[in-house]
Amino acid sequence: MTQPFYKMKNCESADIGNINENSIEDFFANAVSMLKDDLRPVHFFAVPFKEEKKLLMIFADDKNNDLSVIMSKPVPGNLRWDSLTAGFSCMNMLEREIHEDEGFVPVNHPWLKPVRNTDDYQFFKIDGKDVHEVGVGPVHAGVIEPGHFRFNCAGEKVLHLEISLGYQKRGVEKLMLRHSEKFGFNNIHQLAESIAGDTVAGHTWAWAAVTESLSDTKISQEAQIIRFLALEMERAAMHAADLGALANDVAYLPGNSVYGANRTLIINSMLEICGSRFTRGLIRSGGVRFGITKEKAKKIVETIYQAKYNMDACAKVMFSSASVLHRFESTGIVTKEQAKAIGMTGMTARASGLQNDVRISHPLRGTEDFKSGHFVFESGDVMARAMIRDCELSDSLFKCSEILRNYNLEKPDCSPVNELKKNSISISMVEGWRGEISHCAITDETGRLIRYKIKDPSLNNWFGLALAVRNNGISDFPLCNKSFNLSYCGNDL
Amino acid sequence: MIDFLKLRRIQGKQYIEDDRKQILSKSFRGFPLIGTLKCPEGCSECVKVCEASAVTGGICSIDLGKCTLCGDCSFVCPQNKIVFSNGHHLATDSREKLIITEGSTYENWEAEAVKVRNEIKNVFGRSFKLRSVSAGGCNGCELEFNACSNVNFDMGRFGIEFVASPRHADAVVISGPLSENMAFALEETYNAIPEPKFIIAAGACAISGGIFAEGTLDRSFFDNHKVDLYIPGCPVHPLTFVNALLDFTRGKQD
Repeated sequence: MTQPFYKMKNCESADIGNINENSIEDFFANAVSMLKDDLRPVHFFAVPFKEEKKLLMIFADDKNNDLSVIMSKPVPGNLRWDSLTAGFSCMNMLEREIHEDEGFVPVNHPWLKPVRNTDDYQFFKIDGKDVHEVGVGPVHAGVIEPGHFRFNCAGEKVLHLEISLGYQKRGVEKLMLRHSEKFGFNNIHQLAESIAGDTVAGHTWAWAAVTESLSDTKISQEAQIIRFLALEMERAAMHAADLGALANDVAYLPGNSVYGANRTLIINSMLEICGSRFTRGLIRSGGVRFGITKEKAKKIVETIYQAKYNMDACAKVMFSSASVLHRFESTGIVTKEQAKAIGMTGMTARASGLQNDVRISHPLRGTEDFKSGHFVFESGDVMARAMIRDCELSDSLFKCSEILRNYNLEKPDCSPVNELKKNSISISMVEGWRGEISHCAITDETGRLIRYKIKDPSLNNWFGLALAVRNNGISDFPLCNKSFNLSYCGNDL
Repeated sequence: MIDFLKLRRIQGKQYIEDDRKQILSKSFRGFPLIGTLKCPEGCSECVKVCEASAVTGGICSIDLGKCTLCGDCSFVCPQNKIVFSNGHHLATDSREKLIITEGSTYENWEAEAVKVRNEIKNVFGRSFKLRSVSAGGCNGCELEFNACSNVNFDMGRFGIEFVASPRHADAVVISGPLSENMAFALEETYNAIPEPKFIIAAGACAISGGIFAEGTLDRSFFDNHKVDLYIPGCPVHPLTFVNALLDFTRGKQD
């Protein structure tokens, strides 16, 4: 008997023909059994094969380090199924997304609200004369991306927060197809770099890995290491920025200025390597475009040591300051059970006690040697999310300095990329600083790209923020929001 | 307390003393210098690789309003005709000036790029408040705007800062390609700013749609309103941003 699902590894490609087609009933029955087996759903989308659409669902098996793919037979345009979300909350966003994109209906979905559509939405209302609503956005008071937040409050206390996004929608997935037609799939690095401008290395690597596995292109160990370096520098820089912003939100100004200044040191080192403070222009399909000379490496190591010393000193003072602890501790709690149920991922999930790190469960080829310090906190509050940033920041900087000291990365290394394989699928997963980034590409029988799917960790985690602010004072919302620092454009695409 | 004082000492002075004269690292890709060599017959490598469609072949030119400064064109040019210098004063007061042609030098171009108007200098030269609207921006430019206010770049010392309400603002800074879903909010924000007011388009996306030009955008805002200052970059470097605003409100000299 053929297996209903197909098993593959991270950054591998497979022939679509090898994936068994399930009838619609079997497809959802299999999905339910996999969810019951505790596999994490990563993608759920429809693929257009000529006139027909087939459903595809991809699960991550963190214990066995592999990915399970299930596919359906062609489905009708008016497809309906019994919603999985009622039983498994982690399917919430995925079912809402496919409903919005394709018009399919998950029947009895508890809350089939739009994901990226901003017009004519009736917000959830709580009755009672003591309940008042507060609406914020899409344009916020600070310099941040747009999104609308609607609070239902009783006095100062937030009973419920509804998050309505979609303002950033640029149609990236469709643009990936269009740009591929024009420039070739392996040349659209600029678009990949702009999916989320704060996670350039993460998203660009995820895209590059897909192009390479779909074309059987081997890339050098050195290039993989430089990519890993960029990813970790990005993590360190963004964690530093967030710690500064968290300090600012509780009016602890020394934290804001020290983290701000030292983040500049890290991203300016990045500029020395690749000419951009946000690692733009570095990662290309087939390798990387810049090497790091010995002199540069030496200089950057010194800068990293200095930044690490300064920020460690700052953390010591900040995390023992009563005024900071008072605001951080027990604020915005997401319990382990909640985090697991809604399928949270990445750093924020680890702050709630989940063991969830793609660098460990699905390591990218060539980076297995770099053991990541695996930090997990149980309390799930702002404090845990701040502490985990502090730990990962030190760990990332340490890893970067070790890499720069021990490896010869002088040569830029970019191998030519072969033609795309026909009728194939490839999935990549990269642990960006927010969490698991996953890209998936599918080609047709002529080797043309027919579907490109992107999943930013923010899609999993926005609902976590809504849970975190429940029963907290509304004045703690900025703090909770910063402690998650989710991407609006990563969600809206 | 002692740890705190130690921290204060470690931190020292972080600000860049002269934002206007600061020179960026040689690695930075800024103003493109295009040579005057004749291109080989039939070569259009630079045009083919440019995902942002910023390069024009034949008599070569680069549109900084579209360019993401990725440098791909200079990598593929067989004659090394295109070189990205580290010049970071990239802002202009008109869309036409953003098109860099063969033989332009950074010094000559920069001297003419932003002309200060006396009425602006007199009123806004010491205080210029900005309201940021991200309309489909990827958070790259937004992070750099925030960096402008940090301890290094500290543009607050020039009286320039981002404010929380459009009612307190003199100008709107637009980043991102203007997504369809932000069209209404952008218009409303602009309307809420009291006269006289300015429009600043920051980043390749805002200026031309950039890499997202074919996405789900609604750029009609720019059909109805005139942009006063264009600040190119992808993302805009903080020093590009600060210098652009100083040129605009104070002129080159002051």
